[in-house]
Amino acid sequence: MKLPSRRATAFAALVLSGAMALSACGGDDGDSGGSGGGGGGGGDSLTMLPKNLGNPYFDTSTAGAEEAAEELGISIEEVGPEQASPDAQVQYINTAAQQGVAGLIVSANDPTAICDAINEARDAGTKVVTFDSDTSPDCRDLFVNQATAEGIAAKQLELIADQIGGSGEIAILSASANATNQNAWIEMMEAELESNPDYADIELVDIVYGDDEEQKSFDETEALLQNHPNLKGIISPTTVGIAAAADYLSTSDAKGKVALTGLGTPNQMRPYVENGTVEAFALWNPGDLGYLATYATKALVDGDITGEEGDTFEAGKLGEFTVEADGVVVLGEPFVFNADNIGDFDF
Amino acid sequence: MSATTTTTDRAAGRSYPEYSAPLWRRLLLTRESAIIALTVAVILYSLANVPNFDGPLTLKFLLQDIAPILLIALPMTLVIITGEIDLSVASTMGLSSVLLGVLFEAGMSIPVAALLALAAGLACGALNGYLVAYVGLPSLAVTIGTLALFRGIAEGLVGTKAVTGFTDTWTDRATGTIGESSIPLVMVPFAVLAVLFVWLLHFSTFGRGVYDIGLNDEAAHFSGVPVERTKLILFVLSGVVSAFAGIYFTLRFGSARGDNATGFELQVIAAVLLGGVSIFGGRGRLHGVLAGVVLIGVISSALRLEGVTVNFTNIVIGLLLVASVISTSVLTWVSSRASRMSTPASSKPSAQSPARAGV
Repeated sequence: MKLPSRRATAFAALVLSGAMALSACGGDDGDSGGSGGGGGGGGDSLTMLPKNLGNPYFDTSTAGAEEAAEELGISIEEVGPEQASPDAQVQYINTAAQQGVAGLIVSANDPTAICDAINEARDAGTKVVTFDSDTSPDCRDLFVNQATAEGIAAKQLELIADQIGGSGEIAILSASANATNQNAWIEMMEAELESNPDYADIELVDIVYGDDEEQKSFDETEALLQNHPNLKGIISPTTVGIAAAADYLSTSDAKGKVALTGLGTPNQMRPYVENGTVEAFALWNPGDLGYLATYATKALVDGDITGEEGDTFEAGKLGEFTVEADGVVVLGEPFVFNADNIGDFDF
Repeated sequence: MSATTTTTDRAAGRSYPEYSAPLWRRLLLTRESAIIALTVAVILYSLANVPNFDGPLTLKFLLQDIAPILLIALPMTLVIITGEIDLSVASTMGLSSVLLGVLFEAGMSIPVAALLALAAGLACGALNGYLVAYVGLPSLAVTIGTLALFRGIAEGLVGTKAVTGFTDTWTDRATGTIGESSIPLVMVPFAVLAVLFVWLLHFSTFGRGVYDIGLNDEAAHFSGVPVERTKLILFVLSGVVSAFAGIYFTLRFGSARGDNATGFELQVIAAVLLGGVSIFGGRGRLHGVLAGVVLIGVISSALRLEGVTVNFTNIVIGLLLVASVISTSVLTWVSSRASRMSTPASSKPSAQSPARAGV
């Protein structure tokens, strides 16, 4: 008789402790999430959905968005997947639809894969603004573009041509092979290299993908230098890639011989600019990007603009912006960071 | 007192510990019931406490999210019960997704492309099954190899781009619901497969063979179970169902990419183990596994609605998985201790019983 009763007790204990552990976890979050959820009930709660969490670039854009939200007196919540994949992002878009948030600010991991989910959210009354990485124009209300793709591609070529003296082999270290932005820029750089006589002596010998992971980008840089002994320059149009490549170059023989430029953040690149591994690199201010996206979303939610070409809205400290064709708002020209000005920035 | 004696008598007469308790206890006090109870508790808790969890969209999104895991968990349960494992399921999904895209782009209609993708899944499963069952290689090694192999082929086929623009009628079927309800259409093929697999595992000779192989495959072989053929069939089923899940995944997101469904194998295996299937084989039931999948889905959905980061969700699911594995060992220890303690008490009547029968 002892056997069944003991086993029954054990099972009951298992179920109860399991359930209690879960409800305890849920209880904690219930309190913190409750306030966020309460805001979700009101009309002025926004959700910020970057490509993935733990990426300093998006940490900065979220900080900018939070600054704007504070100025506007609205609440903003950052959510996101661990890995930058569209299917993981869809779950967060679905969640925003369930919560009925007023606005969703998203950096798309795939231009079409997340469209159905976005449209479901829009049917539920949510205004959707893409920033940094766009979807198809028909499935969002507005796209806040950091800079035109032409401007970014041209600026990076200009920097690398300047640093390698106008001739030699170069390679590109990109993010993931499916990254929308990077692929568009690479395509334009390839076209520009073909057509522009200034770049006639520059040869693009390889494109490798570091998947926006530090270790993989580091390894790919090492492989690039081994496979192409005459390499003179590397362009890495992604913040994770350029930092990992600079990390590798700064400790290798190639330091100072192989030029490195691309898109990076000042805080990540500061040591490499100071020790001479990197001469200059470009970027916009992601904080301003998140700030502008938040003002644009708020203007949409309030009905001040509809996303039509020619609509204008005020974006706090950044001034006035005009919506261009296809519902695009452009932040501005890419900015070049070098040893002279890097000290002025902290992001 | 006399009643007690008869129960102990009967208990001693049975050699299987599972049959020593009354029927209601055997049905209710199982691991599967525990996981179902926990799932129901979490659902009720979420309905009461998580804002918007009771909304109309929750059920639809929840079922759509877990559909591929539900599907693959069916064959995976059988594979793990035989003591093997199939780590290549997510890569098979990716491969079928890419094939669907490439063939569609080449001008084929979706049903034809999907049939070919299913055939590719069958071939993937047959390769795994042949290497494991007939060549006799460990499934862990084989399927880690094919995990990389199938993913590599998938990424090689489409390169850096994604195939999009699938026919609307088909993508609508993948995202649509049954009539006005919030049950996604994909639940129909899932229900059919679920009935099929429940019958296969729990009500057929084949299913008895699956358990026998998991408990001791040599003994199973000598008692007439076709060990090799059973394993081959299971891996083939796993490949085909994974390919089907890959097709659903592609049409749901309208995008065929080489990296589709990366990492899904871990979610499937986690759900299967959480559902009470022993990783060493020989034990587990499908209703527990399905509850395990739903539990993981509900926890993820509720925590997302709470705005909790994905890392925290992973921590909760990871802890739950570890707790479920530990609880199995603890329970085994408790019951073995308990049976040892109860042996002296029950040995006397059982020793007397043959004499009584003789009288």
